[in-house]
Amino acid sequence: MADTLDARVSDAELVSACRAGDPDAWNALVERFSRYVSAIATQAFRLSEHDAEDVFQNVFLRVYERLDSLRSDDAIRPWVGQLTRNCCLDVIRASGRVVPVEEIVEQVADDAIAKLDEAMTVRDGLSHLGVECREILDRFFARDESYRTIGDVLALPAGTIASRISRCLGRLRTELDR
Amino acid sequence: MTTYDEERLGELLRLLPPAPAGWVEAAQELPRARAELDALVERAEQDAAFRQALVDDLEDALRVAGVEPRPVVVEHLRRRLAT
Repeated sequence: MADTLDARVSDAELVSACRAGDPDAWNALVERFSRYVSAIATQAFRLSEHDAEDVFQNVFLRVYERLDSLRSDDAIRPWVGQLTRNCCLDVIRASGRVVPVEEIVEQVADDAIAKLDEAMTVRDGLSHLGVECREILDRFFARDESYRTIGDVLALPAGTIASRISRCLGRLRTELDR
Repeated sequence: MTTYDEERLGELLRLLPPAPAGWVEAAQELPRARAELDALVERAEQDAAFRQALVDDLEDALRVAGVEPRPVVVEHLRRRLAT
């Protein structure tokens, strides 16, 4: 259960293993949804780093405590998304931040969350690719690493990284079209 | 026909950078930290002096109580005491 981008382990399997008390599964679950939770807090709700960290820890604490209440193991992602959204709104309300029209803030955040959901779907597609494509695309796009850094880490000639990225994006498109 | 072109895929992949490693590690430690936290909170609820010691200097009070003040324990305990 070490590679959380490994498509062999579905969300439902991960949840089931967590319920059974598998510590590796819990680690993998946190790893799998960590980007999603963090992005909702920092991008959709634009919380400060401190508030975003509070939300992050509270969300995973609630997930840990309430996992048994999840009706369908497949529904973990929307559930985590909703928990995160609610925690962010709690932080905003508790901070006394002046929010002229709360509905507008929520609407803007919900639009951003919808985009993050799409990004998670693309990331799911990434999990079906080979390890080299997963690494290259994640390092280049999500981690913003240079060709040189990627080449050094993966022991690949830096001059081949651009063409590999293009080839891997093609594979990702094919995967998402299925 | 595909929904995604390369530019769109790149844009979506960029939306999910890794969360800070410290946040992830703290969340992963939750199951282990939880048992320690429950015991400490219960003691703080029953022992006013211990609660005050935690409020005054959390890390030192944990050491005195024989609990290693690991960041995840300190942080979660701070949150629990604040509520």
